[in-house]
Amino acid sequence: MQYLLMTYVNEGGWTQLTPAEQEQGVASYRAYVEALVKANAFVGTNRLQRTSAATTVRAVNGKTQVLDGPYADSKEQLAGYFLIDVPDLDAALAWAARCPATSHGVVEVRPIWDMTA
Amino acid sequence: MSPRANDAQRTADAVARHSYGKLVAFLAAQTRDVAAAEDALSEAFAAALATWPQSGCPSNPEAWLMTVARRRLIDGARHRRSGETVAAQLQILAGEPEAVAAPEIPDHRLALMFACTHPAIEEGIRAPLMLQVVLGLDAKSIASAFLTSPAAMSKRLVRAKEKIRQAGISFNIPEREELPSRLDAVLDAIYAAFAEGWSDPGGTDVARRDLTEEVIYLARLMTELLPQSPEVLGLLALMLHADARRSARRDASCEYVPFTEQDIARWDASMIAEAETLLRRACAMGSIGRYQLEGALQSAHVDRRRTGRANWAEVVQLYDALIALADSPVMVVNRALAIAELHGAIAALQSMQALTADTRLAEYQPYWAARAELLAKTGAYDEARDAYGMAIGLERDPAVRNFLLQRQSALPN
Repeated sequence: MQYLLMTYVNEGGWTQLTPAEQEQGVASYRAYVEALVKANAFVGTNRLQRTSAATTVRAVNGKTQVLDGPYADSKEQLAGYFLIDVPDLDAALAWAARCPATSHGVVEVRPIWDMTA
Repeated sequence: MSPRANDAQRTADAVARHSYGKLVAFLAAQTRDVAAAEDALSEAFAAALATWPQSGCPSNPEAWLMTVARRRLIDGARHRRSGETVAAQLQILAGEPEAVAAPEIPDHRLALMFACTHPAIEEGIRAPLMLQVVLGLDAKSIASAFLTSPAAMSKRLVRAKEKIRQAGISFNIPEREELPSRLDAVLDAIYAAFAEGWSDPGGTDVARRDLTEEVIYLARLMTELLPQSPEVLGLLALMLHADARRSARRDASCEYVPFTEQDIARWDASMIAEAETLLRRACAMGSIGRYQLEGALQSAHVDRRRTGRANWAEVVQLYDALIALADSPVMVVNRALAIAELHGAIAALQSMQALTADTRLAEYQPYWAARAELLAKTGAYDEARDAYGMAIGLERDPAVRNFLLQRQSALPN
């Protein structure tokens, strides 16, 4: 079953890290992806640019509205995702717990809606 | 909160901690309906918090709660069931001695623990079930400890309680010939709960740290209920040994400190002394088992650090004995690290050779961490780097992750 692990972090946090800490952070994520791949759980991942680059689009009374910024204005913002394929929710939670993002943000685990079923 | 309400809350909390399991066990002993007993008890606690602030705490709060809970249980049985069942249930409940009259409520907790770990109960839910029913922990904190969703954990707990009632699992201490294997199931469940508590060695997560304390309380209770069982003593000794070093696992800046570099002064000497006494008592009973061996291993590691005297041959022997009892990949990995000290890293890697075919190990972090250390010692730096990568990717604890990252980057190119 596929699950999307969405990482939400405080965007300002990264720039406050020392270069050594940043290097450690990058290495942690790289190792995490490697472990996912070796365990045959990896489907895909992406890191998102900061929410200052976000644009939000909606239609109000049939008229399209375009706004600068993210949809939700909260301290922790969607920063990236890992799409994984594992047997069940417990396995997905085990991978979420290993995600380096849990030490500086949160990881939301959502099952993918299976369109073929 | 008024001082009186505070007092009521404190008394209720104290009774909840020390008597919850006893009250559930007593209430459910006849009907085997654990869920109904828990519901009745939680209503009794609510009633206590509503009335004690006005009337003052009763002199025997446990008996007070028992009387109220029993009344609720009888009312509940009347409402919920119909026909013959209710008549039978009420007869059972009415037949029990009046709780207030008895100065001491009989302690059926051991029977309750045997019911929770009955072979008919799915193995994975036994430890959570025991934590809930005997200690009164809520599904939410249990779910966090076992890394599962609170909704799923609640459902599985409800199902397990239904099973106890419907399958007619009795609240008995098993007979002599059945006792050893049934006792193993209880001890395994306690240890599983302890191991989950461990997954937060930094003790940063309050719910987890509390879990470790609760589980040690449970093991201590077992030693009081079964003082003549060496494995029970061994399990408590093992857990006390591990817990004694908890604060030494982190330095002042919260970095991870491996066992070999821990500051011995930060170990809890009184816990270690208690563990050693327990192991000696167990040993004198002359029946060896898994938990005594694991306790003895902890003791050997502690002794080596304290005296500076290498005892690797003894350590490898203890692992051999454990592997002979139950062949577990976990023990093989730990033994390899001891073999490395005795016969070198190549021999150690060879001792783990059989494990490489085990697919479960792909996600077993300690295997990769041990492999990385050993490969680094043999000079196979590229392979060591890869193994460190796996260990880092599979680690949940940020402090340990950083420690491993440092080891990885310290490898020569």
